[in-house]
Amino acid sequence: MSVTLARGTDAVPSITRSRPLSVYVVAARDWLKRSAITVLPLIIMLTLLLGIWQIAADRPSATLPAPSKIWQDSYELIVHPFYIRGGLDRGLGWHLLASLQRVGFGFALSALAGIALGMLVGTSPLAMRGLDPIFQVLRTVPPLAWLPLSLAAFREAQPSAIFVIFITAIWPVIINTAVGVRNVPQDYRNVAAVIQLRGFKYFSRILLPAAAPFIFTGLRIGIGLSWLAIVAAEMLIGGVGIGFFIWDAWNSSNISDIIVALIYVGLVGYMLDRLVALAGRLITRGTSSS
Amino acid sequence: MPGFLEIDHVTMRFAANAPSVLDRVSLSIQEGEYVAVIGHSGCGKSTLLNIVAGLLRATEGGVILQGTEVNAPGPDRAVVFQNHSLLPWLTCRENVRLAVDQVFGKTKTRAERADWVDANLGLVRMMAAADKRPNEISGGMKQRIGIARALAMQPKVLLLDEPFGALDALTRAHLQDQVMEIHARLKTTVMMITHDVDEAVLLSDRIVMMTNGPEAQIGEVLEVDLPRPRERLTMAQNPRFLAARARVMEFLYARHRNPAQAA
Repeated sequence: MSVTLARGTDAVPSITRSRPLSVYVVAARDWLKRSAITVLPLIIMLTLLLGIWQIAADRPSATLPAPSKIWQDSYELIVHPFYIRGGLDRGLGWHLLASLQRVGFGFALSALAGIALGMLVGTSPLAMRGLDPIFQVLRTVPPLAWLPLSLAAFREAQPSAIFVIFITAIWPVIINTAVGVRNVPQDYRNVAAVIQLRGFKYFSRILLPAAAPFIFTGLRIGIGLSWLAIVAAEMLIGGVGIGFFIWDAWNSSNISDIIVALIYVGLVGYMLDRLVALAGRLITRGTSSS
Repeated sequence: MPGFLEIDHVTMRFAANAPSVLDRVSLSIQEGEYVAVIGHSGCGKSTLLNIVAGLLRATEGGVILQGTEVNAPGPDRAVVFQNHSLLPWLTCRENVRLAVDQVFGKTKTRAERADWVDANLGLVRMMAAADKRPNEISGGMKQRIGIARALAMQPKVLLLDEPFGALDALTRAHLQDQVMEIHARLKTTVMMITHDVDEAVLLSDRIVMMTNGPEAQIGEVLEVDLPRPRERLTMAQNPRFLAARARVMEFLYARHRNPAQAA
């Protein structure tokens, strides 16, 4: 063991100098090292938490299942996310997809309407005075409070859920877009004035790109709120969806299933957030630093 | 004979009862002339340039370009801004392209516009970095793109707002040489705001010296009677260059000291 180690460390510098292939070897080793440094603490922490949980919950009097019991109870659910056994008895993947679809619709609508309204409020002082107080009041209404009204208006579960997502996600999009538009630097406005960019061209070539970092901040908050709201909304409206799945598991006392579902909800929410952040980074490349 | 560009009794007041920043400033610039406006900071020289550019409206008086009054911004008075003002989400080429498409969208074909963009990037020797974004290039290079963008509009008057103020001395000298070369080649009418005496004397045909604000006025106008092309090194020993330089220095530091330093 010690012999190989010594040989390894001695050999590295000479290889680096002589052969280009070794550059990749060194790079790969560095990469492994770096990822180990980032991932290792997480793995240790997870093991530790699972261990404590296992010890705490592994007795007959425990109200919640231990990780080992969850693994036994929900093995099917964890390993086969895409089974269909007819009716609502299907894999978590299907439930998540149904929820994602609702969020997708609602969020897309709120992004479009939110950016448009934000642009309006940001550019027109008149619209600002008329609309901003209304937005400030409405945005404090909790998402679920909209659901009964929404059901009354649409009389169907699907559009009602989508509306709840829409109305939840739209406020941060509006407010951040408006701030972004109001903060377009005077320099850019001057450039636009000299080359006489007006109307739609000014909007698309100056306003939109300059406000893009702000808009994406709003979108990121919006998608997070959407995902928070969808689970609660689906618990009430039923049908296929992760929220309904959790509620259904509770009704049949499958606590293990609930815990598995929660982990999935968390992971999907995290991915949504990263996705919007990534889209923002790609689209606003260069904009934030001048 | 009226000038190519006439600044006619321009008074600028930012608030109704505040003292005016500029007080009845009149200046006549001939076609092809290179005029520098020099003064201490806060004397309103940038305000004057912004009024000519149309970015600010004069409280009284006006600006006449080739016999027509101008009171809105336009590509016939292209501005090179002090802080370059390139759009960071566009590459250097796209920054110039945006201006060219806007100004020549109806008069030139797509291919002609693309060639024209490249011609102007070539003029400031920036073809190599044309596809980089502004945050990937140096301050001097950004300013060259700013100059290319302004020149690409084929302006009647090129307005330079302390274009080299934020650059180090070597880059500044290099860019000054480039601007002189371009001016010699294109015979563009130029109005340049500066607070650098050497720059003013080296580059301009006439130097307009402004008194300190508020109520700044043109204190003195100096003809720089030096043959072109002017060469930086020989100029440093040319008695006429030195005399002009001394005259501007005397105006700025003896008769109209910077109020901030005098206090």
